[in-house]
Amino acid sequence: MPATAISSPVVHRSKSDLGVATLFLLPSFLGLSAFLIFPLTASLWLSFTNWQVIGQARFVGFANYINLATNDPIFWQVLRNTLFYTAEYLALNIVLSLAMAVWINSLSWGKTLFRLVFFLPTFTPLVGVSLVWLLILTPGGIMDWTFHALNLSMPNLIINPNFAMQALVLVSLWSHFGYNMLLFGAALESVPKNYLEAAEIDGATAWQRFWRIKLPLISPSLFFGTVLTAITSMQTFDQVYALTHGGPGSATTTLGYAIYTQGFVTYKFGYASSIAWVLFAIIMLLTALQLHLQKRWVNYDA
Amino acid sequence: MTPDAADRLPASRLVSMLSHAGLIVVAAGFLFPFFWMISNALRTDAEVFAIPPVLLPKEIQWRNFVQAWLYLPFGRFFLNSAFVSASITAIVLVVSSLAAYAFARMKFPGRSSLFVVYLATLMVPQAVIVIPLFLMMSALGWVNSYQALIAPMAFSSFGAFLMRQFFLTIPDELEEAALVDGASRLRILLTIFVPLSKPALGLLALFTFTGQWNSFLWPLIVVNGPTYATLPLGLTLFQGQQGTEWTYMMAGATISMAPGLILTILLHRYIFAGIAIGSGFGGR
Repeated sequence: MPATAISSPVVHRSKSDLGVATLFLLPSFLGLSAFLIFPLTASLWLSFTNWQVIGQARFVGFANYINLATNDPIFWQVLRNTLFYTAEYLALNIVLSLAMAVWINSLSWGKTLFRLVFFLPTFTPLVGVSLVWLLILTPGGIMDWTFHALNLSMPNLIINPNFAMQALVLVSLWSHFGYNMLLFGAALESVPKNYLEAAEIDGATAWQRFWRIKLPLISPSLFFGTVLTAITSMQTFDQVYALTHGGPGSATTTLGYAIYTQGFVTYKFGYASSIAWVLFAIIMLLTALQLHLQKRWVNYDA
Repeated sequence: MTPDAADRLPASRLVSMLSHAGLIVVAAGFLFPFFWMISNALRTDAEVFAIPPVLLPKEIQWRNFVQAWLYLPFGRFFLNSAFVSASITAIVLVVSSLAAYAFARMKFPGRSSLFVVYLATLMVPQAVIVIPLFLMMSALGWVNSYQALIAPMAFSSFGAFLMRQFFLTIPDELEEAALVDGASRLRILLTIFVPLSKPALGLLALFTFTGQWNSFLWPLIVVNGPTYATLPLGLTLFQGQQGTEWTYMMAGATISMAPGLILTILLHRYIFAGIAIGSGFGGR
């Protein structure tokens, strides 16, 4: 999903291809309309109704949204959880993937092998990954034993409300930082060597070369990775379902998980849709904010 | 930290060796969960929570895999996953190529606006549309069926976007000559564009297939019971039924990860190149 500008392809023939273009676009247009655009509008409408699995849907105006903000026992906690998770995961993901990309790029041999190792979990089911980590982290599992063997008095990570979120972040990082690591690694590879050599001749230290040359030059990739990672981590669901079921209590319930439980455990379709639109609104705001802030730090004129 | 420094100073030889050694330790630690999964898939129940922990099973229990595959129908889950992922991939390749060709090479009013609409659909989180999608499947009587697993997931504009980028790089002259000879647009797409775009189509197929293979939220919602369950869903069926059957679950997790791991290892060059291009700035 490159963030390039939409360029107009050159078409030499002067007459319009409307007829044949319509035929070519019909399958994707019908599919997108039926399975994306229609459900999107339907969920907005649903969020203003009290539709449950039985009975009639009645229009209730903003009642769902007002209930969320004022009556829902956990909504604010769920919102906090989601934003906290996204902030922590995003920061750690970017720092870790950049650090690993720099480290691997500095090697004289074995770059591909190390990249492959850290990328391995990326194309495997998150649910499978989460269940493997559940075995590691579960009470009486190998993690508890390791803490004990090292004389660390640590509580169990997933049954302790203060640590469960950290377990979630750990599993997400392990399974997905490899993607950004590759993205940033590729960008670092394409930094022109002569820039770095010229800086070195001028007496710039390795540290200065990194902050002043490499980082500005890869800022478009950093921006792209940050935006995409923020969008996906706001929607986190699989790990929560497999690892903690949103618990203990609702310590790890995210917006994505709340939509699922409200919609498909208690069948409050209208109410769940209002949570979904809160999530969507936050994602749009976050993305707009990042697009606005990019002017300050992203450098496209390399 | 710079690779070119490695040949200059004798001291940096040592730095390079230490750097490799450090990274090997980090990588080994990183691989531990994979080791733990396979090691637990091949042990007895008694060895799962033994104190002190058992690193390797005394006797390898291949029967866990046989049990998981035959009796806990992971074999069926595997085939369900394969069928659903392959069907979605096939639809995505055809539909995306057609749309991409229209966007890349045809002139019609409203093309740019329509393309922006296609792009905007990429922003929509799945969680926002699953409730209406489920209600649609209910209305059609499709809940718990292959078509419910396939149809709603087979239309993403990502493919159209990716293929359009690639089609734009194909020189005009080839097409002009074919048009002068009176070839139809469909024929041009099939005989010129598709053969020239094999790497891009392969990448799209790979990303779509693995993405669908790993998908969890939609199957969880639209499937009930084991008949149509995909692998990720099948794995969670072991949680909570009189405690967790850890050895079977790890065998199942291994089965669920195998295709992704094998594809990643075999095709890593293409995947890495694809991700590098994905930024839109690769190879500047």
